[in-house]
Amino acid sequence: MGGYILKRLVSAVPVILGITVIVFLIMAMIPGDPATAILGSYATPENVEKLNRDLGLDKPLVQRYFIWLGNMLTGDFGRSFSLNRPVLDEVAERFNATLILAGTAFVLCAFLGILAGVISAARQYGWADKGITFVVLIGISVPSFFLGMMMILLFAVNLRWLPVSGMFAIYGGGDLPDLLRHLVMPAGALAVVATGVIARLSRSAMLEVLRQDFIRTARAKGVPERGVIWRHALKAAMVSIIPVLGIQAGFVLSGAVYIEIVFQWPGVGRMLVDAILKRDILLVQGGVVFVAACYVMFNILVDVAQSLLDPRIKT
Amino acid sequence: MIAFMKLLARNRLALAGGIVLSLVVLVALLVPVLPLKPPDVTNTAERFHRPFTEGHLLGTDHLGRDLLSRLLWGTRLSLAVGTAAAVIAAVIGSAVGIVAGYFGGRTDNVIMRGVDMLMAFPYILLALAIVAALGTGLLNALIAVAAVNIPFFARNIRGVTVGIAHKEFVDAARLAGMGHARILLQEILPNVVPVIVIAMSTTIGWMILETAGLSFLGLGSQPPQADLGSMLGEARSALITSPHTSVVPGLMIFIIVMSINLLGDGVRDALDPRLRSGALTRPQPATTVQRAFAPEGPGRGTLDVRDLETQFHVGPRIYRAVNEVSLQVAPGECLGIIGESGCGKSVTALSIMGLVSSPPGVITGGAVFHDGQDLIGAPYDTLRRLRGDKVAYIFQDPLATLHPLTRIGEQLAEAIRVHHAVPKAELRRRAIELLKDVRIPNAEARVDNFPHELSGGMRQRVGIAMALANEPELIIADEPTTALDVTVQAQILSLLDDLRRDRGLAILFITHDFGVVAQLCDRVAVMYAGRVVEEGPTGDILERPAHPYTKRLMACVPELGGGRRDLAAIPGLPPAVDQLPMGCAFAPRCDKAAKACTAPVDLTRSDKRSVRCLFPEDAIERHSA
Repeated sequence: MGGYILKRLVSAVPVILGITVIVFLIMAMIPGDPATAILGSYATPENVEKLNRDLGLDKPLVQRYFIWLGNMLTGDFGRSFSLNRPVLDEVAERFNATLILAGTAFVLCAFLGILAGVISAARQYGWADKGITFVVLIGISVPSFFLGMMMILLFAVNLRWLPVSGMFAIYGGGDLPDLLRHLVMPAGALAVVATGVIARLSRSAMLEVLRQDFIRTARAKGVPERGVIWRHALKAAMVSIIPVLGIQAGFVLSGAVYIEIVFQWPGVGRMLVDAILKRDILLVQGGVVFVAACYVMFNILVDVAQSLLDPRIKT
Repeated sequence: MIAFMKLLARNRLALAGGIVLSLVVLVALLVPVLPLKPPDVTNTAERFHRPFTEGHLLGTDHLGRDLLSRLLWGTRLSLAVGTAAAVIAAVIGSAVGIVAGYFGGRTDNVIMRGVDMLMAFPYILLALAIVAALGTGLLNALIAVAAVNIPFFARNIRGVTVGIAHKEFVDAARLAGMGHARILLQEILPNVVPVIVIAMSTTIGWMILETAGLSFLGLGSQPPQADLGSMLGEARSALITSPHTSVVPGLMIFIIVMSINLLGDGVRDALDPRLRSGALTRPQPATTVQRAFAPEGPGRGTLDVRDLETQFHVGPRIYRAVNEVSLQVAPGECLGIIGESGCGKSVTALSIMGLVSSPPGVITGGAVFHDGQDLIGAPYDTLRRLRGDKVAYIFQDPLATLHPLTRIGEQLAEAIRVHHAVPKAELRRRAIELLKDVRIPNAEARVDNFPHELSGGMRQRVGIAMALANEPELIIADEPTTALDVTVQAQILSLLDDLRRDRGLAILFITHDFGVVAQLCDRVAVMYAGRVVEEGPTGDILERPAHPYTKRLMACVPELGGGRRDLAAIPGLPPAVDQLPMGCAFAPRCDKAAKACTAPVDLTRSDKRSVRCLFPEDAIERHSA
C-alpha cells in the first residue's frame, strides 16, 4: 500500500509541473504590459521599466518560467500588489475557508447522492424512484448561484432561520455553532448539482451491478434483500462511483466560486474574482496553481480509496 | 434517423423539453422584430416596478429598464454565446481528437498528455486564469468557456477516431494513395460528425450555464449589454428589496438548462440499446409468479417439480423457456438434467428457488414441492430462509459468481451467518473447515484470498464449499464443471460424489455432458426446447436411448479409443422458444418424423422410464401414464 501511494505521488509531479506550465503560458498571453496594468495608465515610462526589471519581465520566457517555478518551490509565490501581502499567505488563509465550504458540500453530496441513487435503483420504477429522478432532474438544472439567492430569500429574509451571508457573525460569533449556522445554506446550495449527478450515476451503476451473477449467488445463499443491495451490490458499484466522486469534487470546488460570491464567503474563489477585477495577476496565478495542486493531491486520495476497495488494482 | 426521432418523441419528458426549448429559441430569434421596449434605456423614475404593472409585464430593474425586454434580449445573447462556445469547443476539440486518434503513436501520446493536464484542473480555475489574462468581457468569457471544454471533445472524439482509423475502408483509402488530409476529411470526418453533434447537444446547456456564470461574477458581459448571467449578477444587490429582478433571469436560465437536459436525456436513452432490451432493469428478489394452474401437493421425496412452466416476457414476445417439466429427486439421489444450451435446463434449476431474473422471467404454472411445501408462490421470506440453508446452488463460472471484492472466507462465513447466529471466531474456523472439506490445500491462508487470486478449479471448489456451508438437503449444481479442464473436472465430480455418499445429499445436476452424467447420476432427464423428452435410470438410457433426440445427442459424443468414427452432428437448430411448434419440437430435425408428430405428444411412462415420442427408438414397455 505504501508503495502504491508513493508511486501515485511520484506520478503527480509531472501533472503539477504541467499545470504550472499551462498557467504560466496563459499568463504570458496577457496583451500589453503587465507593469502598465499594475501601475495604471498614468505611470511614467521609467517606472514601468523599473517594475519590469523588478518583476524579471525583461528576461526570456523560459528563464522567467524557471525563476517563477524555483520561487514557488521555496514557498515564494510573489507579492499581491492589491493586498500588499505575500500571495501564499493570502491564498492559504482563503483556501482554509473554501475547504470548509467545499469539504462540507462534498461530504453532503457524496452521502446524499449515493443514498438517493441506491434507493432509486432498489425501487426502480416505483414512486421513490420517480420522485428522486424528478428532484434530481431539477437539481442538476438549477444554477447554484440562483439557488443560493433563492435560499437567502426564503430561509434568511422571510423565515429568518439562518444568517444571510458571511462565515461568522460580526458580533459575538466565531464559535463552531455560529460557523455551522452560516455554513448550512452555502454548503447546501453548493452540494445540490453534484448530489444530482452522483445520484444518477449511482443509480445506473447499481442497476448494472444488480444484473450480475454474483448478486444471484448472494440471493441463492439466502442473503436478505437489504444485504444484497447495501452490501453486495453497493460494494461492487462503488468501483464505478468512486472515480466520479473525484471528478465531482472538482465541480464542487468550481461551484464554490459562485457560492462564495453569493454568500460573501471569504474563500479563495471570491479572492480570485476580486483579483481578476483588480488585475492582480500574481495573486490569480498563485491561487490557481495552489488550488489545482491541492485538487491533484485529492485525486490521489481518491485513487488510494479505490485501491483499498478493489484488490484487483495492482498495488 | 426516423426511427430515432420516433423513439425520442415517445419519451414524453424529452418531447416536453424539446417543445419548451424550441419556443425559447424561436422567441430569441424573433426578439429584434417583437414590439419590445428598448432594453438599455434607463428611467430612474420607474425603478423597481413589480411585475404586471402597466406597460411593464415583468416590471423594471434598478435603472428602470423594462425587464421583459431585457430578459428576451439577454436570453438571445446567452443562447448565442453558449452555442458559439459549444461550436468553437467542438470544432477545435474534435480536430485535436481526430488528429490524435488518426496518427496515433507519439502524436497521440503528446496530445493526450496535454489534454490530461488540462483535465487535471477544476474547470473554473482554467476559465478564471484565461479571463484574468485576456481581461473581462463577453467575448473573452466565451473564449474561456470554449477553451475549458476543448479537452472533453478531444478525448471523446479521439476514442471514436481510434476505432475508425483501423477499419478496412480507411486502409483501402491509404493504399489507394490518398493523402492524410484527404483521408481525414473524406473518410474519417463524415463518420465522426454524428458523435460530435451528439456530444455538442449534450454539453450546450452546460456551456450556457458556464458563460452565464462568468457574467454573473462580473467577468463576462459588461454593462449596459446584459446576458442572463449579468442580469442576475446586477440584480443581486437588490435581492432583498426587489426579488423579482433576480427571479426573472434566474428562472429563465433554469428553464433553458432543464429543457436541454430533458432533451439530452431523451437522446441518450433513445441511443442506448440496453434500455430497450430491458438489460438495465433491476431483477426482483424472487421470480414473479403468475400461475394459471397449481398442482395439488404434497410432493414426494426431497424435491418434486410438477408441470413447471417458466417464461420470459420481453415486450410483446413470450419465450417459453420451460414447459410442463416434472422431475423428482429422492433423498440421497442424484438426478441429471442434460440438453443443449438453451434447452431450458438452467432456467428449470433457477425456477425452483425463484432465482430466475424477473423481469423478464415469469413462472406461469406448476409447482415445486419441498418437504410438502409448494415453493412456487411461497412468500419471499420463506424462500429466503430455505435458500442456501436447505437448498443450495452451485453455479458455473465462479469468477463471475463470487463477489469480486470480498475475501472468500468472508463469503463463506456470510453463507452461514445469514441463517445461523454463530460467533465470529467460530465462523472463521468453519470457513477454513469448509475449504478443507473441498480439499483446498493450505486452507488457513487461502481463506483470506480474493476470488481473482485463485485458479478456476479452486474457485469452483469455493463455490461448492459455499453450497455445503449449512449442510443442505439438496444441492442444485448448474454446470459446475463446464469451465474447467478435464482433470480438475474429474476431481470435482469425485468430490461431489463423496459428499453425496457421506452426507446423504440429494443432487440435481445440470450438464450437457453425457460423460459427467454417467459418472455421477442415478437417473437422468433429457430436455429439448423446454420439455423433458426422456427420463429414466442412467444406465438404461445410455444403453438403450428411447427418444431419437437422445440417441442423436449421444452419437455426438466422441469416444476415447473408439477409433475414427464419424461424429454425427444433428442437422438443423433447436426451435426458437418464442415460436414453439404445437407438436414435437424435435420433429423438424428428426428422420422418423411423421404427420402425427405435429400434434401434441404426451409423455409415455413405463415402469422406470418415460419418453415423449410416438416412434421411440427402442420400444420401452408402453402404457400411458
